[in-house]
Amino acid sequence: MAEGPGAAPPHDCPGTSSAQAGRAAACQGCPNQGLCASGGVAAPDPAIEEIKEKMKTVKHKILVLSGKGGVGKSTFSAHLAYGLAEDETKQVALLDIDICGPSIPKMMGLEGEQVHQSGSGWSPVYVEENLSVMSVGFLLSSPDDAVIWRGPKKNGMIKQFLRDVDWGEIDYLIVDTPPGTSDEHLSIVQYLSSTHIDGVVIITTPQEVSLQDVRKEINFCHKVKLPIIGVVENMSGFVCPKCKNESQIFPLTTGGAEKMCQNLNISLLGKVPLDPQIGKSCDKGQSFLSEIPESPATSSYRNIIQRIQEYCGLHHSQEKII
Amino acid sequence: MEETGLRGNLAGVKHILLVLSGKGGVGKSTVSTELALALWHTGKKVGILDVDLCGPSIPRMLKAQGKAVHQCDSGWVPVFVDQDKGISLMSIGFLLEKPDDAVVWRGPKKNALIKQFISDVAWGELDFLIVDTPPGTSDEHISTVESLRPYKPLGAVLVTTPQVVSVGDVRRELTFCKKMGLRVIGIVENMSGFVCPHCSECTNIFSKGGGEELAKHAGVPFLGYVPLDPHLTQSLEEGKDFIQEFPKSSAFPALAYIAQQIMDSTAPQGS
Repeated sequence: MAEGPGAAPPHDCPGTSSAQAGRAAACQGCPNQGLCASGGVAAPDPAIEEIKEKMKTVKHKILVLSGKGGVGKSTFSAHLAYGLAEDETKQVALLDIDICGPSIPKMMGLEGEQVHQSGSGWSPVYVEENLSVMSVGFLLSSPDDAVIWRGPKKNGMIKQFLRDVDWGEIDYLIVDTPPGTSDEHLSIVQYLSSTHIDGVVIITTPQEVSLQDVRKEINFCHKVKLPIIGVVENMSGFVCPKCKNESQIFPLTTGGAEKMCQNLNISLLGKVPLDPQIGKSCDKGQSFLSEIPESPATSSYRNIIQRIQEYCGLHHSQEKII
Repeated sequence: MEETGLRGNLAGVKHILLVLSGKGGVGKSTVSTELALALWHTGKKVGILDVDLCGPSIPRMLKAQGKAVHQCDSGWVPVFVDQDKGISLMSIGFLLEKPDDAVVWRGPKKNALIKQFISDVAWGELDFLIVDTPPGTSDEHISTVESLRPYKPLGAVLVTTPQVVSVGDVRRELTFCKKMGLRVIGIVENMSGFVCPHCSECTNIFSKGGGEELAKHAGVPFLGYVPLDPHLTQSLEEGKDFIQEFPKSSAFPALAYIAQQIMDSTAPQGS
């Protein structure tokens, strides 16, 4: 980074665990300076241990990430949850940590639902007996309510979602994230650090503008040592409902996700074509998989879901052997 | 004179407008870029400030990647994307060593850089400064609006796509503007309809009309529809021809109309 004129940018933040926390030159003017200086954050957050206890009943944890917004993270997360929950013997939970733009409640047909308090914590909202959902959307009183929060408050909410929600026995916990590589992402990884995260699914669209952000996201995963299950290319091609010809709305000038995955040695889980019905199903809060079972997008989703199941199964048994 | 001193590097900037949307991927950066070009075509001098720190995409769109930001006595010199220096751009993209570097920052660090972007960039004389934001209503937005408040920004343009899910996020963004005391110039509905290059059938991939309905519901101006043009996305991807290609696109008249409305909205406030 270039050194700016005037005030020094705090890019040499000593980190909250450092003895210099809140005392270094870079801490001047940082809103968290007081907190860091008090030493309150120097000790590891006791919540991490509590979350570890809580997550003992959760077999598999999958994060859905993408650098760019609007590429279909929530749509994919919702359908991954629907798809996995089609097996009635499996318990599936979907956690939406997009605090400022929660879209999961709408997509799961749960808009206007409220969270209930029970003796053992917050009860998630159930779509079906084996599919539960938690989102900040359930805590808002009106759809116009904006969550105008800075980082620390968002982190507190995520901590509560992990520690205080009464998830019960769960086979798959799917975590839908906001775009970017910032507070929410660091927090979820940090809070789950003493538990085992199976891996992340990265969503992209074929354009270079999106892939550019995805490469950043992959670097983020490497930085925080998150295993990558694979990449899903969303909105690959559009089939005109009138002439059935396929065209590229989002052109792949640099070879799309396929080439990127080859270059970076990451598996491509599949490509999902753009079907106008997907958006409509999400608007109505229904599962596209069961609404339009014959669409090529449905079969593509199913293949991807199966590969994720296999990945989790394989890694689970490997761990047991170890 | 005192006024000039107070405004510092933004002293020569006539109007500041923010481009916001609750949801990601609705085309904030595209609309910001197109709006800048549309204003530039009417002879205005335009600056773009990209405060999307974790996913800066404007340098790529304007083929300015890899250019460096220089320093002068009054601060950072923005990157000029055309020869006549009619469009200048500042983005974190210019400060990264490698384009794939991830900016893994929590809020306070992002806020500090935004403050610096607002106070330390030597924009010079500008008719419009367009501030492109990341999705959401969090650190970047609060910091940007708070730091710009002394400079009395013209207001915010909200971008949405027609789906209900996206419109829902914009409703929250409207509440954000209200709470922050930021005037809403209007709503733009992006990606309305896709014209099939094979049979010219227009399909509403993401349905149509959600943005207009919301504008009516919320009592704010509706600025217009911008169609999804695959040729334009193509030229955006390639970056190079965008400045020339854009006037040929079906999106151009839509943007020219939106730019006109924004220029009209500057009249009552004066400059």
